[in-house]
Amino acid sequence: MLLTAMSAAIAHRGPDEAGIHIADRAGMAHCRLAIIGLADGQQPMASADGRLHITYNGEIFNYLELRQDLESRGHHFRTKSDTEVVLHLYSDLGPACVEKLNGDFAFAIHDTQNERLFLARDRFGVRPLFYTWHRGCFYFASEIKALLAVPGIEAHLDPLALDQIFTLWAPIPPRTAFEGICELPPAHRMIVDNGAARIQRYWDLDFSDIHHDRSEDRMREETRALLEDATRIRLRADVQVGTYLSGGLDSSLIAALAKRMAPAGLSSFAVTFSDPAFDESGFQNEMADVLGTAHHTVDCNTDEIASVFPQVIRHAELPILRTGPAPLYRLSSLVRSKGIKAVLSGEGADEIFAGYDIFKEARIRRFCARQSGSQLRPHLFRRIYPYLANLKRQTPDYLAAYFGITTDCLDDPLYSHRPRLRSTAGTKLFFSEAIKKKLGDYSAADELASTLPEAFREWHPLHQAQYLETRFLLPGYILSSQGDRMAMANGIETRFPFLDHRLVEHAARVPADIKLRGLREKHLLREAMRGTIPERIAERPKQPYRAPEANAFTAKAPDYVKAAFEKTALEETGVFDVEKSTRLFKKSRLSNFTGFRDNAAFVGILSTQLWSQHFARQFRRTDETLAVPV
Amino acid sequence: MPQQINADIRAFIVENFLFGDESEIPGDDASLIENDIVDSTGILEMVSFLEEHFSVEVADPEIVPENFDTIARLTAFVAGKSKAKAAAST
Repeated sequence: MLLTAMSAAIAHRGPDEAGIHIADRAGMAHCRLAIIGLADGQQPMASADGRLHITYNGEIFNYLELRQDLESRGHHFRTKSDTEVVLHLYSDLGPACVEKLNGDFAFAIHDTQNERLFLARDRFGVRPLFYTWHRGCFYFASEIKALLAVPGIEAHLDPLALDQIFTLWAPIPPRTAFEGICELPPAHRMIVDNGAARIQRYWDLDFSDIHHDRSEDRMREETRALLEDATRIRLRADVQVGTYLSGGLDSSLIAALAKRMAPAGLSSFAVTFSDPAFDESGFQNEMADVLGTAHHTVDCNTDEIASVFPQVIRHAELPILRTGPAPLYRLSSLVRSKGIKAVLSGEGADEIFAGYDIFKEARIRRFCARQSGSQLRPHLFRRIYPYLANLKRQTPDYLAAYFGITTDCLDDPLYSHRPRLRSTAGTKLFFSEAIKKKLGDYSAADELASTLPEAFREWHPLHQAQYLETRFLLPGYILSSQGDRMAMANGIETRFPFLDHRLVEHAARVPADIKLRGLREKHLLREAMRGTIPERIAERPKQPYRAPEANAFTAKAPDYVKAAFEKTALEETGVFDVEKSTRLFKKSRLSNFTGFRDNAAFVGILSTQLWSQHFARQFRRTDETLAVPV
Repeated sequence: MPQQINADIRAFIVENFLFGDESEIPGDDASLIENDIVDSTGILEMVSFLEEHFSVEVADPEIVPENFDTIARLTAFVAGKSKAKAAAST
């Protein structure tokens, strides 16, 4: 009954089938999104001898090659699924099996012979995996709401996680927004036996081995070959795979490669905005026309963002400072309505091929710092942020001041991200005195710095910045709040060719200046893929994915927004200063100026209030009659 | 006159950037940027406030830290502008 309740809480992740495995001292439940081995991939799946039982979310894209290798070594398979490959691989290699897997996965294997549970998560954190201990029992699940189905496990906001979110946009794993509930960090495996857990990292992004002697031509060839193969194996499925098409370089490349490899046809999906500041439909339509995809769009404006936002927070399971996940929630709903269950997407390219503005910003900051009084150099900031109207009127002195030219220490391991951390942390102005007291002198940025690998300081500044993005923001926000959680809310699996670990490891060996040539982002990728997509799209400057922020909620403030900012609601949650939050709400509704901090604070307060209403109030109960060890 | 300007500027900062929290307001000579009081949008809010509240005109080249980065500099900037304006009208 408990397993059924846990499974039901995340049924949206796997609406196709459900299964349960119950042994003497453990049990597992699974809700299945059937994509490979439709007829025989039921889970939890047992090994032929009945010793091992697996519940597994995700895909192993190299499962055919692994299966061939296992068969050559005498393994016999009963199904066509990739799930069975993981079982066989584990029976051969034990915990080391994860190092062979190329895919997005979170799984648990119960070894009934030695009463051991083995859990693992993919290298970049595409698929989520949470766990907690309660009254001597170990519980795990793909989403926290399943753990909250366990009687006695309550939802309490973790103040340190709150500080991390309001500084870094996401908690630092293993911390989650829920006190006492942990996330198995990406690229980690875990063994649970004898009432204890051992956790170990099995992979990390490493920029120590830069191939300076390799020609740029060879790097281009390798990049192209790896991206093509990464896309090819991510089209493996027994159902039709579609593609997201944002209109930018990355998703256009993936769509173009996929179209060549899926001659039967390809469906593409995109979000459009009425506001031209956010909309990219011109590029999307051009790309869809060139490729001949069946193109579908969903419009997402302020009203739509406001209407889905409570559902977004229920699925994201943490406070967020941006509304970016909301359009992606609507997009996955569109995909589902067209009968497609899996889509390719371009995430990861900006991290591994140096596409983000923050990489260029850091390069300009260092350039300015070399001659800190320069009246010319700070003008470069305007060039990389043409979409930030506020910078247009700023004098060079002020630009230099905003970007910390004279104040930030060049040796700081977080140098590349300091302006973002500073401006985000400004949102903590709204914390209540009680929260401030609990936090004391805690610094989320210091904690982040303390988790960096030893070799980090030796790396090129660009590689340091890439590591910070890939290790923290990618799994903590891009792949979760904007990724898996919004897609899986509608039973959609996203696949990311750029996050094939072979491609990522290759890109990490490329010298910094070949990835970011001057201020030309993704230089290597553009050159490697020249001719794949129309020049107009290949050469367009990166447009960051953005959506309407506070104004989505203030123009026609829905009742739930007004309720969230009411004095009694703010007092009940106790996280934010009532007076300041009330004034922010008023200012956001009346003012023409809503800067980064106020926007982020508004969305952060609203999402925290919604989180609290949904989780903290709902999941505090006393009925513990269902307590069964899992 | 400068005392009133100073008080009005402080009141605006408390209301608009600190959301009523007087305890967070920096000293007259402390940097508003380094203390994370204003950002790139905030400085334009300040310009708008000065123009509307004190009836002065602020040209883009005048938006520099020498005029805007502390409460004391803001006060002196507005006082100078007001004085020049008064002199011009007499």
